[in-house]
Amino acid sequence: MSETTSTTSTAPAPVADNTKPLASEPKGRTGAARILMGRDAVTIYALVAFLIYAAIAIPRFASPVTTGFLLLDVIPVLLIAMPMTLIIITGEIDLSVASTAGLTSALMGVLWAGGTDIWLALAISLLAGIAAGMFNGFLIAVLGLPSLAVTIGTLALFRGLALVIIGDNAVANFPKALTAFFTSKIGGTGIPTVMIGVVVVMVFFGVLLHFTPFGRGLYAMGYSKEAASFVGINVARSKFWLYVGSGAVSALAGIYWTLRYTSARSDNASGLELAVIAAVLLGGVSIFGGKGSIPGVIAGVLLIGTLNYALRLARVSDVVLITVTGLLLILSVVAPSIGSAIRQWRHTRRVRRSFTRKAT
Amino acid sequence: MMLNRKNKGRTGRLGSMVAITAVAALALTACNSGSASSTDTSSPSAGGGDQKITFIPKQLNNPYTDVVLGGGKKGATEAGFASSQVVGPLEASASSQVSFINAETQAGTNVIAIAANDPDAVCTALGEARSAGAKIVAFDSDTNPDCRDIFISQVVAKDVALIQTKLISEQIGGSGEIAILSATANATNQNEWIKYMEEELASNPAYKDIKLVAKVYGDDNDTKSFQEAQGLMQAHPNLKGIISPTTVGIAATARYLSTSAYKGKVALTGLGLPNEMRPFVKDGTVKEFALWDPAQLGYVAAFAGKALKDGKITGAEGDTFTAGELGERKVEKGGLVIVGPPTVFNAENIDKYNF
Amino acid sequence: MSSALDHKNATTPAPDAGARGAVASLLRMRELPVLIALALLVLITYLINPLFLTAQGVKDLLLNATIIMILAVGQTLLIITRNIDLSVGSMLGLVAFGTGSLFSAMPDVPIIAVFVIGMAFGALLGAVNGALVTLAKVPALVITLGTLYVYRGLNNAWAGGKQYFAGDRPEEFGALSVNTFLGFPVITLLAIVVVIAVAIYMSGTRPGRDLYAIGSDPDAATAFGIKVSKRVFLAFLANGALAGLAGVLYASRFNSVGATTGTGMELTVVAAAVVGGVAIFGGSGSVTGAALGAVLLTTITSSLTALRVDKFWQQAIVGVLILTAIIIDRVASLRTAKKLRISEARNV
Repeated sequence: MSETTSTTSTAPAPVADNTKPLASEPKGRTGAARILMGRDAVTIYALVAFLIYAAIAIPRFASPVTTGFLLLDVIPVLLIAMPMTLIIITGEIDLSVASTAGLTSALMGVLWAGGTDIWLALAISLLAGIAAGMFNGFLIAVLGLPSLAVTIGTLALFRGLALVIIGDNAVANFPKALTAFFTSKIGGTGIPTVMIGVVVVMVFFGVLLHFTPFGRGLYAMGYSKEAASFVGINVARSKFWLYVGSGAVSALAGIYWTLRYTSARSDNASGLELAVIAAVLLGGVSIFGGKGSIPGVIAGVLLIGTLNYALRLARVSDVVLITVTGLLLILSVVAPSIGSAIRQWRHTRRVRRSFTRKAT
Repeated sequence: MMLNRKNKGRTGRLGSMVAITAVAALALTACNSGSASSTDTSSPSAGGGDQKITFIPKQLNNPYTDVVLGGGKKGATEAGFASSQVVGPLEASASSQVSFINAETQAGTNVIAIAANDPDAVCTALGEARSAGAKIVAFDSDTNPDCRDIFISQVVAKDVALIQTKLISEQIGGSGEIAILSATANATNQNEWIKYMEEELASNPAYKDIKLVAKVYGDDNDTKSFQEAQGLMQAHPNLKGIISPTTVGIAATARYLSTSAYKGKVALTGLGLPNEMRPFVKDGTVKEFALWDPAQLGYVAAFAGKALKDGKITGAEGDTFTAGELGERKVEKGGLVIVGPPTVFNAENIDKYNF
Repeated sequence: MSSALDHKNATTPAPDAGARGAVASLLRMRELPVLIALALLVLITYLINPLFLTAQGVKDLLLNATIIMILAVGQTLLIITRNIDLSVGSMLGLVAFGTGSLFSAMPDVPIIAVFVIGMAFGALLGAVNGALVTLAKVPALVITLGTLYVYRGLNNAWAGGKQYFAGDRPEEFGALSVNTFLGFPVITLLAIVVVIAVAIYMSGTRPGRDLYAIGSDPDAATAFGIKVSKRVFLAFLANGALAGLAGVLYASRFNSVGATTGTGMELTVVAAAVVGGVAIFGGSGSVTGAALGAVLLTTITSSLTALRVDKFWQQAIVGVLILTAIIIDRVASLRTAKKLRISEARNV
């Protein structure tokens, strides 16, 4: 809504006073207000509010047992949400993450059942995930194919390869020491030991996105690919490495899944991609790209995870869980839209009022 | 303005991250230190007054499971449990049962009765439940024997296999190609029956002209089973009979056969629910099939759980307990309890049953 | 100004190039790769295993494709306008269960009425999606991901553990999937009629062509005067109605309808559209292509079974197929763009 000034001298058209801002117009937020009232903060408040509610209202929720089980359940989604955030910020998407995890799981199972040393099997599975990411990256970043369509294709391809590798079998006899480690907790706090590794991944992606030029370049890419490349950012290379990262982290999630459930199957982690995307979107990342943050996504993942866990503990049916997740997702995008529509309407009204005031 | 909005600045971002870590850590650990002891669960409660049992089936929304659970609820009330619940995943997958088991562990449930989608995936979680004092009863589909105290099987596994091979042999005239359409590839119960079926077909001289050409898996999903049945007929045009040892699979196959050119030409038998199979028996697609009364399975499971919890049995071979109106049941080798013999359904008797 | 007139004169085709022009436009047809792939697939499978095309076999192929065909047509309407609808599986499940309940409550309800009610129910669900997308101006991917969960939750809440089986529905209703007319199963004929009707609408009517404009460049479309919101809303409504139709047909064909009916269908439907040449960026593609893509995807699983290919390879092959279709589509559109650039440069 820009004010237009007429330069013809016949009749002075009504002009808004543009020498000072409209008195009642809200200024941009600064300082503490910006942090405490931003999009991330809203998700964090919702998380805290729900944690407090659950601790009071649901018996046995507030305990180290909860921390343990909840985090163990949430780790795969948390892990994959990290690179997914970066990918969605650049305006792309990756639907093949769950299939990469499944492929890794199948590969691990077959290698271990074939007698390979467990550490070698883990390393090879991780490399397989990285290769899968490179495949995606090549098609999307180098060839320039649309990521939604490509990753639907690789979703089917990788899951299919998992089936080819392990078939209908399940491998379950992984070394007990290793599987026990994955479900062990740190001392009396109830936090799983593997959280240390997960925190490393979260910190890595958080620092990468928010504190490095590479990360800032991702935001630029999400806003406008052309402008970003004019500024000197190598768009293709950045996206390629993002997909490699996504493949690697999905492989880690697949390894975690296999060792935590002590079972390598072709359908492991099936359907996880939609849960990750829902959590990432809930965390404030815009699907158009260019907006979002890691703390917001972590809060989003924890919020959905806590909701699921608390409602299950209260023996609320999964039906309600599913509906609530969907409503949350819709609300999280519709509310800001309504908010900005209201702000827009108020602004127009103020401008119109200042026109009429000046004209009289 | 749009560009400014992005530039939250380092302090802003760092602030957010610190805030969220602090908050999350505070919320959970503060609760940890301040809460009453909640991990100490049910061991002291020796009396029967406030005991709870939870059933975790392979999946919800499965008609067969619903009948079992109905019997389980009845059995739980008669056995003296204060309350009984049913929780479970909406789709039969290996790892989906784990979070339900964890929730039960935390809730301090005394007895968990579970039908496992995968015998090993649920093991660790069941182990944690047991160390919290719960007793584990496996029913319908066994877990790894190390993870449970007792296993309630509807019938002797071998009998189930034998009756299905007998029925199919009668229906195809003793010779020809047959196939098996099962549930999920890792289902313990189906795999055990299939194993006995294959042994029987190989060793019994009466079945020497019957050849098993394929085993496919419908994952207990109606659409998938339907398509697998189609695939069987395409890949093996000389197929004379199909055995489907799962109620979802046999119903889907029956629907396919009865709407196709193979109706009446390809025999179909297996384990089915009378209510579901009635139209197909009436229209001639299926001659005879077998099952047992699934409600009895849940019923006995509830009583077994109570007996375990009260310390009357430990699941060792030779233990006996009373299963309400069904009488005494004995524990066999490996912690196995049999409910009863199977029933054969056909056009004459199918109207007598309502489940 | 004069250069534009020259441009017009230069491209008027000579009369005797008419036949050549027809062949050339046939070759440039967007649906050609899918058609060729389908023909090759069927031919090769038939040569190796003639039982693939017995009467029963052909009937099964057509029946398998029917439901996904209808869903793919609806999805195309949306993808062309740069939207998407991930909740089609949940919508189908709701309508299928609704059909089951309807027959159970009123066994004598006329079958036509069931179709109308099913489509209306689907249209209502689609309208919710459309309203959220157009009024709140929120990306369709997010909204329909949310409604995927919400509608599935509603289905579970409504159905619980209850399932309706084929025996609960009238014979004539189930017979729609069995009886054939002119060699085609009745429900497949219905699907083909739908495809033709929508294809004519898209290429022949003004509102249909507006959808392409919206997908190509939404701002230009608005500037041109097209009511973008209204068109997109109607597209969501139409997609919902088609999903409703598919739900009713599902209840006719398959045995049980319950809380989990239709789970996981959405990605297959989008894949069918992509394979059929509908560009995910919007603005191009046709419903005929999407319908052919649906037939190709469903035929491939049957043909791999008939070829006795180890069934474990099926999903991987489907994945390769989707990727190949995307690459071919991309190469084709790059070449067309290059040709257009060159031909326009020549007339400057």
